Amino acid sequence: MRNLEEKLKNQARYDALFRRLAQAMGVLVILLVIGVFFTLVKESWPAIKAFGLRFLWTTTWDPINLEFGALPFLVGTLITSFLALAMATPFALAGAIFLGELAPPKVANPVSFVIELLAGIPSVIYGLWALFYLVPLVRYFQMKIGAPPYGLGLFTASLVLAIMILPYAMSVARDVIRLVPQDLKEAAYSLGATRWETIRHVVLPYARSGILAGIVLALGRALGETMAVTMVIGNRSAMPHSIWDLANTMASVIANEFTEATEDVHLAALVEIGLLLFIITVVVNLIARLVIIKTRVR
Amino acid sequence: MKVPYPIFRTEDLCAYYGDFMAIKHVTVSIPEHQVTAVMGPSGCGKTTFIRCLNRLHELLPGARITGKIYLRDEDILELDPIIVRRRVGMVFQRPNPFPTMTIYENVLAGYKLLGIRLKREEADRIVEDALRKAALWDEVKDVLHRRGTFLSGGQQQRLCIARALAVNPEVLLMDEPTSALDPKATLQIENLIVELKNTVTIVIVTHNMPQAGRISDYTAFFYMGELIEFGPTAEVFTNPKDPRTEEYLTGKFS
Amino acid sequence: MKNRIILTVITVLALLPAIPLFLILFQLLKEGLSSLSLDFFLHLPAPPGEPGGGIANALVGTLIIVGLAVLIGVPVSILAGIYLSEYGRHGKLSETIRVCADVLQGVPSIVIGIVAYAWVVKPMGHFSALSGSVALALMMIPVVVRTTEEVLRLVPDILREAALALGVPYWRTVLKVVLPTGMVGVSTGILIAVARIAGETAPLLFTAFGNQFLTLNPLEPMSALPLVIFNYAMSPYEDWWRQAWGASLVLVFMVLGLNIVSRILARKIAGEK
Repeated sequence: MRNLEEKLKNQARYDALFRRLAQAMGVLVILLVIGVFFTLVKESWPAIKAFGLRFLWTTTWDPINLEFGALPFLVGTLITSFLALAMATPFALAGAIFLGELAPPKVANPVSFVIELLAGIPSVIYGLWALFYLVPLVRYFQMKIGAPPYGLGLFTASLVLAIMILPYAMSVARDVIRLVPQDLKEAAYSLGATRWETIRHVVLPYARSGILAGIVLALGRALGETMAVTMVIGNRSAMPHSIWDLANTMASVIANEFTEATEDVHLAALVEIGLLLFIITVVVNLIARLVIIKTRVR
Repeated sequence: MKVPYPIFRTEDLCAYYGDFMAIKHVTVSIPEHQVTAVMGPSGCGKTTFIRCLNRLHELLPGARITGKIYLRDEDILELDPIIVRRRVGMVFQRPNPFPTMTIYENVLAGYKLLGIRLKREEADRIVEDALRKAALWDEVKDVLHRRGTFLSGGQQQRLCIARALAVNPEVLLMDEPTSALDPKATLQIENLIVELKNTVTIVIVTHNMPQAGRISDYTAFFYMGELIEFGPTAEVFTNPKDPRTEEYLTGKFS
Repeated sequence: MKNRIILTVITVLALLPAIPLFLILFQLLKEGLSSLSLDFFLHLPAPPGEPGGGIANALVGTLIIVGLAVLIGVPVSILAGIYLSEYGRHGKLSETIRVCADVLQGVPSIVIGIVAYAWVVKPMGHFSALSGSVALALMMIPVVVRTTEEVLRLVPDILREAALALGVPYWRTVLKVVLPTGMVGVSTGILIAVARIAGETAPLLFTAFGNQFLTLNPLEPMSALPLVIFNYAMSPYEDWWRQAWGASLVLVFMVLGLNIVSRILARKIAGEK
């Protein structure tokens, strides 16, 4: 049993060592987030120094004269995200109610499965499809109503974003709706409530904050979505005046210009947009997290 | 009370969960090659007591032990807990074979998990020996390389006993080992325990009084963390000194 | 009556989005299948504007970039997940790690690309597959950390105690009992994470960058399927558009395949419970 004693001799040390190693990797996750933030600050410093807060509300984006203001992209991101959210929410909610309450499990389960698979399709493929199918459709529509027939632009980008976040928002909302206790619903039915009345007065109020969290999470996705938007928004770095305009979002301007930026301050300005995007999405995600925690507590 | 050949001796043993004192100043000697039953109403600290004896208690967050626990004159609180646990095996309330391992690997877990390499013949011998001691060999000798989780509850529990015996412990702690089993499987385990005391000292927690009467030589009776009675089982059962023991034995509380 | 109308409206609203989603799948199959051929998989891209050529370099590139990301990200994630589940279930540090994992998961992929550019491309002085892998590893770490934690927490304590009572040290208990017991779940988490990063384009734009030629050297710029789709789709050549569809179909098959396998695994765990 000499073998055994040798094996056992250093175990306390190994135990401490392994614990340390695991802890170090946990701490690394924290350091990565801090590292991401400080890297963004450091790399955007030339732009922060040169433009200060003016960066947030000026509209000139001029890589030749090196004058940079990010307002057009802030506006582009806000318009596309909220428009997409507005377009997707009614459908997502209806879909969630349909899958969670109306459809028999035989229909709901395979449909939910397909929806979750669709949520996994890479965004560049949504972009490709939008470029070749959605853009001509929008152009046709624009000619009918007399808008400038670019096909590309804010509206198309919002539309493809809406299609992309829909499966995600729907599956989050459906999960929440499924959590509504059966006895609550049965209580409503036993009082003579119709199906819609039960949904309206029992299911939705109960699931409200969870659905809200799902919408906020979907917003977080829309804000940071890059490829599909980049491919159909038209890459125009000026203030948009209507939803038919060509534009850029914060993400798409980075994707379009980062590898072409030769001047340091141009690159720094793009990183600063990335920093803003980082801050916005972190705040949005933390809000969603708070809403979820509040739901669980209740 | 003095016992003939004590293997375990505790002196003023106290065990805590945070601020809660679960074991209060217990001084007792446990005799070698005997079956000692630890009894008492739920929450009286009997499981905590045996979990002190192999130092599993202190792994829970906020748990600690004071006092002395001697295993053959060595204070186990001074020893490496790993060494203590090799010398003091344990069987749990619910059978817990490792689900990722075969029956064969389960028996050898005490070696394999420590990275101890065994020669093929040696491993085979240990497995057969342990399974025979646990009265399981005849039932599983043809399925040694199947998962342990396919066995019945009683067989799984005997597999766990074999796993504990395979590392040749001096003491085997059993925490209500039959409470999750049917009567037939319970009887098999009881018979096994009586046979095993020739090779290993057994300390068994049970709140099944007839069971304690059938299998144990000594009985320790705990109440609210205190050891209030200890002696030969026949004596404790027929002539309890403490009124609380008597009340428990006559079913006044449980 | 009102009940009827509203329920019908909801059903119609619920089914309408199926139209674009099925159109995407249909058109992807229609356009993609026609460009698939053996040559498409085995050949390198033709010079710009010339028809023909394939995506061999991008296929190999995706495998290398994603594989390297797994090598970088998985050990870190599993250890961090072990820490959360086995050592720090409660406590400030663990809560901070969990919040940070959530934050990292929410960081837009394009921003991750910038960071990988600053961390790897800038010091090296040129684009490389390695920098792309670093970006993708950053994206997979939070996913794998959280699934590892959740799965290991489901491993019953009685198994840990069984090992400890045999005199097995805790670190070996974790590596040889807890982790193997939860391995199916952990693999599911890794597959889901791989499915997610395999289709990512934005973090590769200025890290892996793309390459018209086949390379196996992770320190050189490298092509990947999503990059090919993006670059070809935005090109002015009709034959490249066709190839973008073909590459998309290949990528979708890869991603959906991974998703389906992970779901089957997940169902297997649920069945064992």
